[in-house]
Amino acid sequence: MFASLPMSDDIEDITDAWIKSSASMLGLSIDAAWLPSIRANVEVTFRLAKLVDEFPLPDEAEPAPVFGA
Amino acid sequence: MAGFDFAKGHEIAAAVAGGAVSARTVVEDALSTIRSRDQALNAFTDVTADRALAKADAIDSDRAAGKPVGPLAGVPFAVKNLFDVQGLRTRAGSKINRERPPSQHDSPLIQKMEAAGAVLVGALNMGEYAYDFTGENVHDGASRNPHDVTRMSGGSSGGSGSAVGGGLVPLALGSDTNGSIRVPSSFCGIFGLKPTYGRLSRARSFPFVVSFDHLGPFARCTRDLALSYDAMQGFDPEDAGSANRAAEPSLPQLARGIDGLRIAVAGGYFRKGAFPEALQATLHVCKALGVSREIELPEAERARAAGYVITTTEGATLHLDRLRLRAQDFDPATRDRLIAGAMIPASLVMKAQKFRRWYREQVLTLFNDVDVILAPATPCTAPAIGQQTFRLDGVEMPVRPNIGIYTQPISFIGLPVVAVPVPLKPMPIGVQVIAAPWREDIALRVAQHLEDMGAVVAPRPPLS
Repeated sequence: MFASLPMSDDIEDITDAWIKSSASMLGLSIDAAWLPSIRANVEVTFRLAKLVDEFPLPDEAEPAPVFGA
Repeated sequence: MAGFDFAKGHEIAAAVAGGAVSARTVVEDALSTIRSRDQALNAFTDVTADRALAKADAIDSDRAAGKPVGPLAGVPFAVKNLFDVQGLRTRAGSKINRERPPSQHDSPLIQKMEAAGAVLVGALNMGEYAYDFTGENVHDGASRNPHDVTRMSGGSSGGSGSAVGGGLVPLALGSDTNGSIRVPSSFCGIFGLKPTYGRLSRARSFPFVVSFDHLGPFARCTRDLALSYDAMQGFDPEDAGSANRAAEPSLPQLARGIDGLRIAVAGGYFRKGAFPEALQATLHVCKALGVSREIELPEAERARAAGYVITTTEGATLHLDRLRLRAQDFDPATRDRLIAGAMIPASLVMKAQKFRRWYREQVLTLFNDVDVILAPATPCTAPAIGQQTFRLDGVEMPVRPNIGIYTQPISFIGLPVVAVPVPLKPMPIGVQVIAAPWREDIALRVAQHLEDMGAVVAPRPPLS
């Protein structure tokens, strides 16, 4: 799903495999009719996450929520 | 006063406090308007008529006894149906949650509004679990735009926008996680305040994304926003996100005008994808304020992306058990996004949270040089109900998640915003007046100034 992965029809197979594996690991039952919509949403979210992921941040960068004891 | 449907809240409060009209008369009038006009707008899920009339009678009794009646005396208001209302089931727009028992207590914001004399008249339609920018709801039907009932009210606080814009109530409360106060304000041609993250208590309201959730008011004028906002301020230990700050009343500052304020308009990302009406409205506000300076919010597109990732994953976490057990009972549009969100690795979510802090620091630096940033509230006026796609920057995109492209990078870091309505024809559209954290007073001053000039106004829709 990231830059090193194929961008052709393979991406659909890869995404579907990801969805099926994730659903199994998370205990989610997915109706086959829902798959195109879920796939579209997974693809959009990974695309947007990639935009964030490729932005360089220092190792010391703190996440926004900071726990206070 | 005759006919209260488009009266401002402060006008009603003055009339009730002065004895020109009874609170009961005002509330009976509001209930009658809701009965007739809500058939077209579908803004309300519940009308609390008995409670409202009892409260109105109590206000009238207090006034007769010479007791203080509060700054919102007799002003009808309604709340998005994710606020707990004693005796009602908090639906949060869902089918699933209406099986819960009725709430035992009102949310603290309702208690504060009523302590100021306002009268709760009901609960309002919304997008399922607040994951929505359209105002559509598969279970309750869409709330409708009062300026054209074939168009979206905006979401997720669609009923709040519809009820205030349509003159059913002068004030409503809603929530804003990524734009859910500012989008309905824009589409329905009204004023909305999304305060600083942590300013108003979210206790006893149904959450969506606790990192981003805000509550706030809608009104047909700035003064009513300020009155209600001031009534609701204050630290609440029941909300883990509540800031331990004393109330900072905005009303005394409202008439100060804009002298000394440094105002700029957001460029770059905030022009990309905007329809002509969004650009026209923003230019209109800039001209009214004499603003020519443009400013760039660094990496705003990435901020929107990070907000999207955190929203879908945190939302999925909230609903994971319901998705396992009752996925078929969700609105499909909500369900499929939440299921997708459950499948995003934590490593990417944490990156988004780290980026959030970086972005916050960059934007806060901008506020060393400016006091206010202007930006469009929505890329377009209200689309048709059911419309699935629109063209953003030449690319066909789904409507539902992309209505909030200009609101998300702002709520992502909790900045206070007043959405002001520009009365374009045939449909109004909003502009965001954005201030530094905890400076709601400044955003409200600018909104009041624009209103005093006649540059922004909540237009009266063609409803009978």
